[in-house]
Amino acid sequence: MRLTDVVAVVGGFPVLAGATLTVERGEIVLLQGPNGAGKTSLLRLCDGLLAVERGTAEVLGHDLSVDRTSVRRHVGLLGHSNGLYADLTVADNVRFWGATVGASQDEVSAAMERMGLAARLAHVRVARLSAGQRRRTALACLVARRAGLWLLDEPHAGLDATGRDELDATLREAAASGATVLVASHELERAGSLATRTVEVAGGQVR
Amino acid sequence: MSTWQIARLVAAKDLRVEWRSRVVTNQVLPFAALVMVMFAFALDNDQALTRVAPGLVWLAAMFSLLVLVQRAFAVETADGALDALKVAGVRSSGIFLGKALALAAQLAVLEAVLLVAAILLYRTEVPAGGVGVLLATYVAATAGLAFVGTLYGGLAAGARGRETLLPLLLLPVVAPVLIGATRATEAALGTNDAMPSEGWPWFGLLALFAAVFGAGGALAFGSLIDD
Repeated sequence: MRLTDVVAVVGGFPVLAGATLTVERGEIVLLQGPNGAGKTSLLRLCDGLLAVERGTAEVLGHDLSVDRTSVRRHVGLLGHSNGLYADLTVADNVRFWGATVGASQDEVSAAMERMGLAARLAHVRVARLSAGQRRRTALACLVARRAGLWLLDEPHAGLDATGRDELDATLREAAASGATVLVASHELERAGSLATRTVEVAGGQVR
Repeated sequence: MSTWQIARLVAAKDLRVEWRSRVVTNQVLPFAALVMVMFAFALDNDQALTRVAPGLVWLAAMFSLLVLVQRAFAVETADGALDALKVAGVRSSGIFLGKALALAAQLAVLEAVLLVAAILLYRTEVPAGGVGVLLATYVAATAGLAFVGTLYGGLAAGARGRETLLPLLLLPVVAPVLIGATRATEAALGTNDAMPSEGWPWFGLLALFAAVFGAGGALAFGSLIDD
């Protein structure tokens, strides 16, 4: 993934003002910085949700200034919401999100197993889960989607100690298998110990 | 995945949401039946009720459509699932067709209940000669309502005050369906001495409406739900 001098504008305001960042496959990069620094915008740009006004952005071999929709199929973005259906069970949700990329039942089961959801929670409705359990379900959906680039915005929020350990293990495993992971977090100690590299985002630039 | 595979996936998911939550069964169906009963109370005249029964059935269907569409998109926006679908690059035409398919299935059940309610409450009869045009009308009107409901539901989904915005946007657009379906149903039921054959031109209008909004919706839905 290679961003060079990228400018992105939202509502006339430059949320990214010349951001340059290169991330190799298998890296886990922590984006740190104050609120409004541009961390979330950087993640959204990598998923093709923000247009590249100036500069060049190449993500998983896709030039985002030419086509910013094709890349989305290979990217997993977990933001402040979980994207879950509250009336469906955990298994229903993971199966649905996995099916959007043609994942098999075995892959879906493995995704739930990896996030510790298979045994006790698989048939529980999401509406009855705690915030941490919902987060784990959302992560299981991401695993089932076989994303090549993981973009996580405050992924540890709402997770208990076990959930955090499982998340970290999952991210390390994903990186070891060749996925690229970008984490925006304020929990520097936790996310810092997970990351292979930390970069600072400020004023829409990467430092 | 192809558009149809995504459509089947989304439709199955929406119907599973209904199967697990039973909102349509426990809330929308009783609401529709209640509307029919209220009409009967308001008009309180057997002859008048028989004469206006087709219009009342479709009017009740429109009101219920609003509730169904609100519900169909509330499950998508409650935890950002619609955004997540968009972010995941899931084909928007597939999302549109899938949601419309699930909505049509629920509407079809609802309209059948409304027709039975009209037969029981308003003493409406369905002559054998009108069954064909009645069925064709139900299929075309249901498809049209499902397509336009999904399209405007998606449009209103991200808007502030969407609960009040949706009726304002949707009701004027579905007026041709209300008129066409009412006239075709009148012809099918022989209301006001109409002949079943008089219903086919109205069916044509309904089929055209469904085709236009089906094709237009599949093309436009992506940009409607985009940022």
